[in-house]
Amino acid sequence: MALENMRQPIESGCPDALQYMHPVMLKNFGNWKYHEDPEPGVLRHVAHSGDEVWTVRAGTQRILDVYTVRKLCDIGDQFADGYIRFTIRSNIEFLVTDPAKVQPLIGALREAGFIVGGTRNSVTMISHTQGFLHCDIPATDASGVVKSMMDELADEFQNWNMPNRVHIATSCCQINCGGQADIAINIQHTKPPRINHDLVSAVCERPTVVARCPVAAIRPAQVNGKPTLEVDEKKCICCGACFPPCPPMQINHAEHSQLAIWVGGNHSNARSKPSFQKLVAAGIPNNPPRWPEATAIVKKILHTYKEDAKDWERINDWIDRIGWPRFFEKTGLPFTKYHVDNWRGARKSLNASAHIRF
Amino acid sequence: MADKYTTPMLDELESGPWPSFITGIKRLRDDHPDSRINGLANGLMGQLEHSYETRKGYWKGGTVSVFGYGGGIIPRFSEVGSHFPESKEFHTIRVQPAPGNYYTTDMLRKLADSWEKWGSGLQTFHGQTGSIMFIGTTTENTQNFFDDINEYGWDLGGAGPCVRTGMSCVGSARCEMSCANEQKIHRMLVNNFTDDLHRPALPYKFKFKVSGCPNDCQNSIERSDFAVIGTWRDEMKIDQDEVKNYVEAKGRQYLVDNVITRCPTNAISLKEDDTIDVIDGDCVRCMHCLNVMCKALSPGDDKGVTILIGGKRTLKIGDLMGTVLVPFMKLDSHEDYEAMVELAENIIDFWAENGLEHERCGEMIERIGLVNFLEGIEIDIDPNMVNHPRECSYVRMDGWDEEAEKWFKRKAEMAATN
Repeated sequence: MALENMRQPIESGCPDALQYMHPVMLKNFGNWKYHEDPEPGVLRHVAHSGDEVWTVRAGTQRILDVYTVRKLCDIGDQFADGYIRFTIRSNIEFLVTDPAKVQPLIGALREAGFIVGGTRNSVTMISHTQGFLHCDIPATDASGVVKSMMDELADEFQNWNMPNRVHIATSCCQINCGGQADIAINIQHTKPPRINHDLVSAVCERPTVVARCPVAAIRPAQVNGKPTLEVDEKKCICCGACFPPCPPMQINHAEHSQLAIWVGGNHSNARSKPSFQKLVAAGIPNNPPRWPEATAIVKKILHTYKEDAKDWERINDWIDRIGWPRFFEKTGLPFTKYHVDNWRGARKSLNASAHIRF
Repeated sequence: MADKYTTPMLDELESGPWPSFITGIKRLRDDHPDSRINGLANGLMGQLEHSYETRKGYWKGGTVSVFGYGGGIIPRFSEVGSHFPESKEFHTIRVQPAPGNYYTTDMLRKLADSWEKWGSGLQTFHGQTGSIMFIGTTTENTQNFFDDINEYGWDLGGAGPCVRTGMSCVGSARCEMSCANEQKIHRMLVNNFTDDLHRPALPYKFKFKVSGCPNDCQNSIERSDFAVIGTWRDEMKIDQDEVKNYVEAKGRQYLVDNVITRCPTNAISLKEDDTIDVIDGDCVRCMHCLNVMCKALSPGDDKGVTILIGGKRTLKIGDLMGTVLVPFMKLDSHEDYEAMVELAENIIDFWAENGLEHERCGEMIERIGLVNFLEGIEIDIDPNMVNHPRECSYVRMDGWDEEAEKWFKRKAEMAATN
């Protein structure tokens, strides 16, 4: 199409949410008084005006086909008030004012195969990334891992069995999208990239790739008379940071790209300051289509936490109380040399005290 | 449609109680009348099965955008497109949702209709960066879909080294803890940088996230370059009758074990008559006691926000939490909001000037030091910015007297204006 015929974009930016909000939310904006949790997946918020809004939360498959979107809309129109929102973890929330609508709405969602829950001290939906379905650098899938795990954790989504809320996240590479979480299942590469020297000079901007390496292990080289890059394999930490800017430096491997599990990441400021997750398990096979080994470890950690933690303790609070030696003892996970940090600032993670639990 | 690819591994993801994305994609493949859509679903299933078999991804990036913009699209070309030609071009379109991810079912249907017309019919609410992800279409239909939805109020999100789509919590619209107007903060910030969002030209990504209270449901401290968190600076509100009701319902020991002793600064005590005392000057607004007793305890009236800078994930120097930059900022008048936007402008300008290629704002601060950053954006230091003062004496301090004088002068100015 000729340039002059192209449509100019309307740079409207982020749209105004007020046009999509339930009228009772607009009316009471900034004037909510308290909330109650009548049952898993249901919230009742009460405003200073006396108005109420009820929320019913349900888990979905996140990758939604148009049929599923329309099914959710049908339920929202027939059983709710036509107002919805999504949580940060891709749960859908239906907002209604009439409490009599709540049970029929829950019934309709369950009838259609959705799972109601994910509030308060449950295991809510795993936040996840794109994986094999759409990412350009993934070592594993995301949707499949999450589907497999949530199948096993569906009861925990629908019940309040946990000491406090549990947020789980997955990540299909070592460097990018998956965030901090109470339990994170992330890719951990264990071998340096395999380099296709025939392609590097044609595909990669070499100084950019050299600069991307966190440990300065990449340097320019000549192989068979062609300019390329080489990796000092003694220095390489196998993070895969060079792969996105230089696809001929293939980091993903069917055997050597494995899963690692990290715990204790907590974004909230409640009780303690926000915390980063810590490595607890690695060497877990990346095993589609069901990833049973990773799920077994996650369930073991959840079970131990459920049995051992006090009310309101998140996983990091619980471990802060019982200590890491007991965490490894209770979960049966091995403590190895890889658990001892050696990255910058690592000294702060060493125990410089006589604080030992016996 | 051509023959369906066999997908024995993916088929295993149809069993179990959790809703199955595979069942959804199969519905498009098997039931959708449009050969473009059922073909796309078939090709996608074929390639995904191939990924499951070989444990490798087969998408590569490229350069696709819409007319007038430079970003917003995640281009995907298949490396195995000759085997799965139906989905060889499978770009994602990132679209900015409204703050708090609110929709009406009417609007959700309208978006689904447009996407069915121009794309694969697969969408995600929402990706990790906060955008709606419309997954899977050709370069040509990327423009068609955008032209369609842009006419009824939707604009592309950020992708690449640019200001990214913002994220906000459910906020004042429903939550009793909210101390801020997330809607206004989010839109004033992000929509001030529309040009920087659509035309990637920054050192790397820059994210705004807004949480209405320190529970930080948007994970803003760790997951954004510019975190805005609602808070209050006067006394928390206590309904002592509700405290008594709580004790009566749950017992005194439960209150002691779950509220009093969990306070990180020992700012709460239980009195003989089952009411509580709070030392507000010691309270760090962690939210724990309010979370446990939301009927009895509420944020105060003198609300505002805390702003933290520089959170990010691992690449390149390791994970960083944001650092407090503004301990408290009132957001009442339009001028207050403009001051916040100006702060964001100053930070992005300074970082655009001084950040290295692919260096997040927090990494730049780590490299140059917080004090140099503060001087660059002309923000005064504040003890709220640190956990504790310096522990190492390796520093040249021959400007001490001048610096001490600045502190006293600033104190005097603040006393005069209050």
